[in-house]
Amino acid sequence: MTGTATTEAPPPPAPEEQQWAPTGRGRQLRDTVVLTLLSVLLALAVSAVLIIIADPDVQDAAGYLFSSPGDTLRASWDAVSNAYVALFQGAVIDPTAVSLTSALRPFTESLVFAVPLIAAGLSVGLAFRAGLFNIGAEGQIILGAIGAAWIGFALDLPPVVHVIAALLGGIVGGAIWGGIPGFLKARTGAHEVITTIMLNYIARFLLLYLLSTTAFQRPGRNDPISPQVDTDAQVPLLLGDWSRLHAGLLVVLATAVGVWWLLTRSTVGFKFRAVGANPWAARTAGIHTGMTIFLAMAVAGGLAGLAGAFQIVSTERSLTPGISAGIGFDAITVALLGRGNPLGIVLAGTLFGALRAGGVTMQARTGTPIDIVLVVQSLIVLFIAAPPLVRAVFRIKTPSAAGTLQVSKGWNA
Amino acid sequence: MRGITKRFGALVANDRIDLTVEPGEIHGLLGENGAGKSTLMNVLYGLLQPDEGQILVDGEPLRIDGPGDAVAAGIGMVHQHFMLVPVFTVADNVMLGFEHTRGAGFLDHASARQQVQELSARFGFDVDPDAQVEDIPVGVQQRVEIIKALARDAKVVILDEPTAVLTPQETDELIGIMRELKASGTSIVFITHKLREVRAVADRITVIRRGAVVETVPPETSETELASLMVGRTVALTVDKEPFAPGEPELVVKDLRVIDDVGHVKVDGVSFDVRHGEIVALAGVQGNGQTELVEALLGLQDDVSGSVLLGGEELVGESAKEILDRGVGYVPEDRSHDGLVGSFSVAENLALDRHDRPPFAKGISMSPATVRSNAVGLVEEFDVRTQGVEAPASSLSGGNQQKLVMARELSRPLKLFVASQPTRGVDVGSVEFLHDRIVAERDRGTPVLIVSTELDEVLGVADRIAVMYRGRIVGIVGPETNRDVLGLMMAGVPLDEARQAAAESGPTALTAQDEAPDTAPLQRAHSEEADPIPGGGA
Repeated sequence: MTGTATTEAPPPPAPEEQQWAPTGRGRQLRDTVVLTLLSVLLALAVSAVLIIIADPDVQDAAGYLFSSPGDTLRASWDAVSNAYVALFQGAVIDPTAVSLTSALRPFTESLVFAVPLIAAGLSVGLAFRAGLFNIGAEGQIILGAIGAAWIGFALDLPPVVHVIAALLGGIVGGAIWGGIPGFLKARTGAHEVITTIMLNYIARFLLLYLLSTTAFQRPGRNDPISPQVDTDAQVPLLLGDWSRLHAGLLVVLATAVGVWWLLTRSTVGFKFRAVGANPWAARTAGIHTGMTIFLAMAVAGGLAGLAGAFQIVSTERSLTPGISAGIGFDAITVALLGRGNPLGIVLAGTLFGALRAGGVTMQARTGTPIDIVLVVQSLIVLFIAAPPLVRAVFRIKTPSAAGTLQVSKGWNA
Repeated sequence: MRGITKRFGALVANDRIDLTVEPGEIHGLLGENGAGKSTLMNVLYGLLQPDEGQILVDGEPLRIDGPGDAVAAGIGMVHQHFMLVPVFTVADNVMLGFEHTRGAGFLDHASARQQVQELSARFGFDVDPDAQVEDIPVGVQQRVEIIKALARDAKVVILDEPTAVLTPQETDELIGIMRELKASGTSIVFITHKLREVRAVADRITVIRRGAVVETVPPETSETELASLMVGRTVALTVDKEPFAPGEPELVVKDLRVIDDVGHVKVDGVSFDVRHGEIVALAGVQGNGQTELVEALLGLQDDVSGSVLLGGEELVGESAKEILDRGVGYVPEDRSHDGLVGSFSVAENLALDRHDRPPFAKGISMSPATVRSNAVGLVEEFDVRTQGVEAPASSLSGGNQQKLVMARELSRPLKLFVASQPTRGVDVGSVEFLHDRIVAERDRGTPVLIVSTELDEVLGVADRIAVMYRGRIVGIVGPETNRDVLGLMMAGVPLDEARQAAAESGPTALTAQDEAPDTAPLQRAHSEEADPIPGGGA
């Protein structure tokens, strides 16, 4: 009743009305962006405490805390600043580097890590918008990698065609693996969270099995590894030899635009969103919900499969048991951080790529365990999922009930 | 209650409301949806804290921090949606939260049963304390709620929209119970938006509009006047329509059977027809198969047998999409559940069922500009009050959401228009408008099928009335049929017997009131000028 009462009141005069809608929407967007940034900041702050606690120098200094408390503080500051400076230098730009290219190299590394994360993030995000929780990106990545790798090393195709075929093979592999839970849900109502998690295991062991067969195992090797894919089946580097940055970045950005178009400008996306937001109303309006669910899961699987293909045709080149590298799980966080919005997912994927790239440098230079990056990521999720907590910490007033709902939408549904 | 103010953000839900309930009084609280009635009562019952003002009981200011305090102060509440545990017995439900115990914490079922029996006997409730709540009819469940309040020595009982779920006969019994309670000195606050009922039973009526008390009036005030007070302008309560000139039957339903997911027969061999330019109303108490019948017409039920011919073509077995494409417009019963996607914009909702065909789409590419311009036109035509066509549909009030669904369904050429509960939860001002649109569609020649549980609506709009009970049609009658006869039919009594019974037992409380002349001695010229609402209605 309280909700409807707002609108029961007579509307304000027309001109005022016109101004209301855009500013309201703009404010909501700004609110979301601010909350996201603050969540990241807060996650870094909390992780700093862990860095301090784990740092051996701080522990030593704390041994004589009361005789010289300054030492402990100084050691703490050093630990945190060194770690985060290394993280930054490993992820964005390294001013201490000897040449311009090696100074810029960290950022390109971040983008390299970001490419599969964005593709998989789009997978999870698209499924969200259709009201589905795709926890199975990990398995879909594996299937995509299997498809791309097989086309890459077993077939002999001309250049350009070969790499496109490998990427398509990845998409098809992932789409099949995503389509299965979609079909099961549409037909039997089996919850996709359960089925996708189970399919992750199946995918993992399927991969292990395949890597023990003659079709997949590299000749002359005993460990589970496939042959390298042909050079024709690898994506070209973008910036020359000094950086691993590859054309997959362009493909994934185009894919993000495609997903945006699909979701907001196409009838297919309209159906996805309608079924996701209110399946009953969608059904009443003549939308075939089962078909829509199946299609959404298949498309989501295809996107995750693309991420798997990227792994094969760029950095990894051969199929190994660790090919998915946890990307499918990070993708859930990326999609959440990006609020299921393709642009948001691109930005969130880049941030997570940066954390992955910077984490390596941080561990190498300061000895701060790379696990701290995991903590940062997890805390970001935590804070994003609990906007009132962030608001309380930074003493931001709750803008409106609608704003709060918006932030957590898709997760509560 | 004195000067109660409750704000939700910028919205003032209750604005300095004063309300006095005398002992042994039935006080009607009348207002549209969203006027602030429920907020006020939730404040009184301790579910909300007022921002200003105080509550006095017997002259003593009282702080009510929760329902516990309210109960202790002798305030009981019967919610619109009952707060009963279905698998418990009546007696267990009554003692729930205030358990009778014997020593060592053992539950004393005997004393609870006895209490239920006593109260039941005293007020003629006829409630079996050992029955399981899920097995008893809604009307009796409501009495259990009242017993619950009385068992806790309530001096004031708040009834929140108690008649929404009742048959006319049950309503009549409830009115009897309210009078009994009044005679025993219990005060009742009777919240409703139904004018007829509040006039029949209340001693005084306080009308609330947009969070403020408009006026407290005696029950002799005419319905038209009460409606004007509620809405803030004059409203026509009757539907003006041209005499009806039906043509050939266009929708022919024959032996329709619908079996639900768990195997219950919900519609059991129903046959009827709707003619060209005719409105047929399916009347009946909620849950007697009307919902399933309509869903079967629309291809939304899985297990359907029998035949539904629209213009000679069979609809049974077709998908919802095919049926919609045949030119069937459908306003579902629960608009926010089945009719709208709340998070979608008004514009997107207006294109929901046609989003994938011209002019909205070409191939799989949609045209946001067309979706938008379509919406701008319809919002204007149907007077949907929204902050803009990009606003989410969930931000609209119930009445405006309903207009939105109606606008979508009536915005294309139709061969059949089906509307379930077209005005449920809709404010009086919008009801008038929606009825006019339905009648206009009929006048265009479209066969119209309406499902309604509101007798007023059925009698006002329909050209013929089919009464449903337990999945079957009890009888099909004309709109001139007596309310009592219809009421009895809704309880399953066949037409002839119903006529006879109604004639024998004499008019019920509500019908009696119809026959009394409207006495409206008070002049209330200010109601329109003082507070004009711009636009609104047809």
